[in-house]
Amino acid sequence: MNEPSDILPTRQSMGGIADQLTGIPLHFPADRRWVIAMAVASALLLLLMVSVVELFTRGVGIWGINIPVNWAFAIHNYVWWLGIGHAGTLISALLLLTGSEWRNSLNRFAETMTLFAVVCAGIYPILHLGRPWYVYWMFPYPATMGVWPQFRSPLEWDIWAVLTYLTVSLAFWYTGLIPDLAAARDRATRRGWQIFFGITALGWRGSARHWQRWQQAYRLTAGLAVPLVVSVHSEVSLLFAAGQIPGWHSTIFPPYFVLGAAFSGFAVVSIIAVSLRSWFGLGNLVTDDHLDLLGKVLLATGLMTGYGYVFEVFDAVYSGEAHEIQTLADRFAGAYAWTYWGAVIFNFIPLQALWWRVVRRSGWMLLLISASVVVGMWLERYMILVTSLYRDFLVSSWSHFTPSFWDWSTYFGTIGLFLVPFLIAIRLVPMISIFETKELLHEEKEEQQHG
Amino acid sequence: MAEELYGALAEFRSPEDLLAATRKAREAGYRDLDAFTPFPVEGLDHILRFPRPTISFVGLGGAITGASTALAMQFFTNYDYPLNVGGRPIYPISAFAVVTFELTILFSALAMLIGMLWQNGLPRLSYPVFDAGRFHRASKDRFFLCVRAHDAKFEAGETLAFLSGTGALSVELVPG
Repeated sequence: MNEPSDILPTRQSMGGIADQLTGIPLHFPADRRWVIAMAVASALLLLLMVSVVELFTRGVGIWGINIPVNWAFAIHNYVWWLGIGHAGTLISALLLLTGSEWRNSLNRFAETMTLFAVVCAGIYPILHLGRPWYVYWMFPYPATMGVWPQFRSPLEWDIWAVLTYLTVSLAFWYTGLIPDLAAARDRATRRGWQIFFGITALGWRGSARHWQRWQQAYRLTAGLAVPLVVSVHSEVSLLFAAGQIPGWHSTIFPPYFVLGAAFSGFAVVSIIAVSLRSWFGLGNLVTDDHLDLLGKVLLATGLMTGYGYVFEVFDAVYSGEAHEIQTLADRFAGAYAWTYWGAVIFNFIPLQALWWRVVRRSGWMLLLISASVVVGMWLERYMILVTSLYRDFLVSSWSHFTPSFWDWSTYFGTIGLFLVPFLIAIRLVPMISIFETKELLHEEKEEQQHG
Repeated sequence: MAEELYGALAEFRSPEDLLAATRKAREAGYRDLDAFTPFPVEGLDHILRFPRPTISFVGLGGAITGASTALAMQFFTNYDYPLNVGGRPIYPISAFAVVTFELTILFSALAMLIGMLWQNGLPRLSYPVFDAGRFHRASKDRFFLCVRAHDAKFEAGETLAFLSGTGALSVELVPG
């Protein structure tokens, strides 16, 4: 009755996996495509640098922001990038703890994605400061002025949350990477690679004693990372919810933001999974079953995010507060109604196709749906920011927001800031966890023998 | 002995072979054993009688340090320069919760990473077993059992013969 639930084809050998995965950095198989991708990414990164120089020279006035819409692209993209990053940690840590071993083919590049997405997010509040060279004022140091940071403000919480998240993600990523760096070290034949992997592997030798301590540290860090993700994005939502602006001041915000973050992040994980798999021929490790599961997770988080939409409307109507209801009407039919309905359509309409198994198992379909979700979530963050701010309490302070060229150039530039280090990472470290896929393969083979 | 030895190394094809051989080595009276595997092998630490690792206590220590640092920092800064914002409390635990939580996690995670490397004696780029001819496969698909030369029962020729008898693919002595 029990059909075998193997997610990895068991006809491959452990040695084959090690050679295949270490081979990607050691003997890079797709040079031409990589160079093309890198050229596009570098152009975007260059665009970011130009935009930042322009920004630092002329100030935030080059953006479309004004009073009352003083938070727009900078914070909108900050939330968007940070949300994308969260899926990496959730896949890695949460699924490790629940023993969902199918994650073993996905966790490494998902974590790598997290690191660079958080970097993209993290630069935005600094750019938005206006005088970014004063960013150190956020830290408690004995200033000659005698003042300290305001620890009762969500804006201050933010920097602690994001820096902690970046550091812990990096520590978790590196802990999981050490055994694989050792595997790459032992396969390396060129001197440069031997030195690089020799040093970064820290002399890991796979001793049973070491594995025992390593496992405990890895699992406990995973256990810390899960509440950390929830806390970080809840804290981000408090930037909004702790204020009194109608449309923001709501208790649904923390879960709404965390779920939306997971939703957009899983979409990006799916995009990367499908791309890497076809790029490097990794169909034996990232199987159709993986895509199937990713599709299910995407559908589930999408529906939960949809619940957030419903409840936000309910909240506004139930409060009976005139300004809340006005903001709701502005979202449905105001000047920026296109962002609201755009978010609803892009997030939830193509998503419904994932109810069908054949769609979930098709790389292209999953890729397109995920791309639609990424656009939809981007519109959602735009909507949350702008529709709440452009018409607040006083009619005399109503205004509009139109993104300027520099808004767009900075945003597209951050995509370069994400892609360039990611493309470099593909060439430097094994993008799929070698030892964890071997462990899973061994378990599957053992099950086959005994059951 | 003319040359200092690190120990004897035996190579196995699968985790099951390694577990069986380790069990036999324990029964034969060898105590100073270690294994080298491409991934953590379940049950091995039981057979080798390793004590439970103490990383969790290191993590707990880090967490307590982080929480108290964060609370002390926030209480002190508000004590040193009290800001009255609309008559709200100067020392609200709820408003301090976020930074306290973040630093708890941060200190705990970093303490565990550093503690794990410290207890494992890493980074240590050079180690005797790396000189063994076939050891590079320990990170690929082979499972190694090592009897250290310090073991009371260790005697080069005899130990090698014993290890061959446990079904090893190859055995060799590792110079120290």
